[in-house]
Amino acid sequence: MSDAVAIAGSEGAIVARSIDRTYIDAYGNQVEALRGVDLDVAPGEFVSLIGPSGCGKTTLLRLIAGLDRSQGGSIFLDGRAIEGPSYERGLVFQQANLFPWETIAGNISAGLKARGVYREKRALVQRYVDMTGLRGFEKTYPHQVSGGMAQRASLARALINDPKVLLLDEPLGALDAFTRMDLQDKILELWKQRGTTTILVTHDVDEAVYLSDRIVIMTPRPGRIEEVLDVTLPRPRSRGDCGFLELRTLILEKLHFVSRKKEPEYFL
Amino acid sequence: MRDADGGGARALARIAESGPYWKRHSKAWLALEIAALVAALAENIFVPTVEEVDNLPYRAVLGAGIAAVLILAAVSLRSERARAKLFHYAQYVFAVGVVLIVWDLATQKVAILPLPFFPSLGQILQVIVEDWEKLLVSTLYSLRLLAVGFAVGTVSGLATGVFLGWYRQVGYWVFPTVKIMSVIPATAWIPIAMILFPSSFGAEVFLIVLAVWSPVAFMTATGIAGVPKAHIEAALTLGADERFLLFRVAVPGAMPSIFIGIYTATGLSFATLVISEMLGAKAGLGWYINWAKSWSNYAAVYASIVIMAILFSIVMGLVFRLRDRALVWQKGLLK
Repeated sequence: MSDAVAIAGSEGAIVARSIDRTYIDAYGNQVEALRGVDLDVAPGEFVSLIGPSGCGKTTLLRLIAGLDRSQGGSIFLDGRAIEGPSYERGLVFQQANLFPWETIAGNISAGLKARGVYREKRALVQRYVDMTGLRGFEKTYPHQVSGGMAQRASLARALINDPKVLLLDEPLGALDAFTRMDLQDKILELWKQRGTTTILVTHDVDEAVYLSDRIVIMTPRPGRIEEVLDVTLPRPRSRGDCGFLELRTLILEKLHFVSRKKEPEYFL
Repeated sequence: MRDADGGGARALARIAESGPYWKRHSKAWLALEIAALVAALAENIFVPTVEEVDNLPYRAVLGAGIAAVLILAAVSLRSERARAKLFHYAQYVFAVGVVLIVWDLATQKVAILPLPFFPSLGQILQVIVEDWEKLLVSTLYSLRLLAVGFAVGTVSGLATGVFLGWYRQVGYWVFPTVKIMSVIPATAWIPIAMILFPSSFGAEVFLIVLAVWSPVAFMTATGIAGVPKAHIEAALTLGADERFLLFRVAVPGAMPSIFIGIYTATGLSFATLVISEMLGAKAGLGWYINWAKSWSNYAAVYASIVIMAILFSIVMGLVFRLRDRALVWQKGLLK
C-alpha cells in the first residue's frame, strides 16, 4: 500500500490498512482480534481507541508499537512500513513496567541508554524529571513510589526519546479516580507542549472525551472499528459541561450501555 | 475457649517489638552474665586438673570475654545502641558461661569425657597457640584454593547460565546436562579429578569449580529465562538492541536468582574444599584435620574446625554483604 504519504513538514502520521490479526487463546480457540481494520492518524493528533474488552484495541496498539505482527495488512509511520519496535513509537503500559533495579532517574535515563545514548545526559534526565513532576523522587526505587508516580516516570522514560508517536495502553486504568484526572491533565499538557501524535487505548469514556481529537469506537468478535467520532468541544474541556455529557452519553449508547428510548418492558 | 482479648495483644506486641534487640532490659541477667563468665574462669583456675594442659590461652580468652562485656557495659552508659546490645545478649552469654563450666569440668577436671576424643576447650586453644605456624599456612592454602576455585566457578557458571537462559537453542541442548550435574555432589568426581590433573592443587580447584559452577549456572539460567516479558517489551519500545536486553534487562532482573545460586555454591564449596584437601593435599585446613587424626590428636582436629568456623563465617558474611549491595533495590520489596 502506498497511499500512505507523510504530510510535509510534520511527522508522526500513522496509517493502518486492512489489518487482520488472529490468535489462538488458552483453550485452543481461534480468536479474531482484528478484521480488516483501517486507521488514519494525522501528525500531532490525539486519538483514543475505546471499546469493550476483547475488541482488539490493545492488539492494534501493540501492532503499531511493533511488538506484534499482523497476518494481513500493513501499518505505516510517515510512509514507512512498521517492521518491529522502535523508540520512534514510545509505549506506556498499563502497569508502569519500570525496571525495578533502577531508580526513578535511572529508569528515565534507561530510555536514552536503550537506544544507545550512553553519554549520560544528566541535565536532560533532570528536565524530564521536572517535566513529569518527579522532582525529589529521583533516587527512589519504583516499588517505593505510588502507582501515579510510577506512571509519570514511565511517561518520562518514553518521552525522553522524543518519539514521533506516543502510544498509551490504558496507562491510567489501574489508578484511583483523582490521580487519574490529575494525570490526564499532565498528559494533555505534555501533548500540547510537544505536539506528539498520541494514540490512547482506554475503557474510560470520560477520559477519551476529555483528551481526544477523535474517538475510535471498536467492537469485539471480530475486532472492528465501529465508528470514528470527531470531538469538536473546545479546549480546555470541562468534565461537567453540557456538550461533554452529551458526547459521553452518545458514546455509551454506541457501546450499548445506555438506551435513550426505553423499550416497553413487557407486552400484554 | 479463648478470651475475647486473648492471644491477639501478645502477638501484636511481639510484632511491634520485633527489632533486632527485643529482649527486655534486665540488670539481674547482666549480673548473672558476668557472674557466669567469672565463675568459668574461677572454676578453671581453682578446680584441680587431671589431664595435661596449658590453660593460659583459655584463661586469656575468658579474661578477654569478661573485659569485652565490661567495656560494653561502660560504653552503654553513653550509647543507647550499646546498651540495647548488652542487655539483648546477656542471657545468651550467661548460657555460654554455664556451658563452658560444664565442658571444662566434664573434660580436663573430671574426665568423664575422656581424651583423646573429647579435649577441653583449654586443650584446643593450646593447640591453636602452639601450632599457629602450621595452622596459619593451612588457612592460607585453603583460602587460596577457595579463592581460585570460587572465582573460576562463579565466572564460568555465570557465563554458562547467561547463554543457557538467553538462547533457547543453547538451553534446549545444554540445560538438561546442567540439571543432572547440579544433583551430583562434586566430590563424586574425585577419582576422575585425580586422573585428569597432574597436581593435587589442580584437582582440588577443579572439584571446587565444579561445585560452584553448577548451582550458579542453574540459577542464572533460571533467572534469565524468568525475567518478565513486559520488561523486555518495555526496553524494545525504547529502542533496545539485543546487547541492552541481555546485559541491562535480563542480567539485572536475574540478579536475585543469581545470588541464590552463589550462596548455595558458597556452602557447597566449603564442603568440597574440606573433603578434597583430605586427599593428597600438602596443606590446608582439611589436610590438617586428616593429619591430626592420624596422630590421634583430636584437640588439633577441633582447632582446625574452630578456624574453619571463623573463616567460613567471614566468607559467607562477605557474600551476603555483596548481595545486599547488589540487590539494594529490593530493600523493602521482599520481607
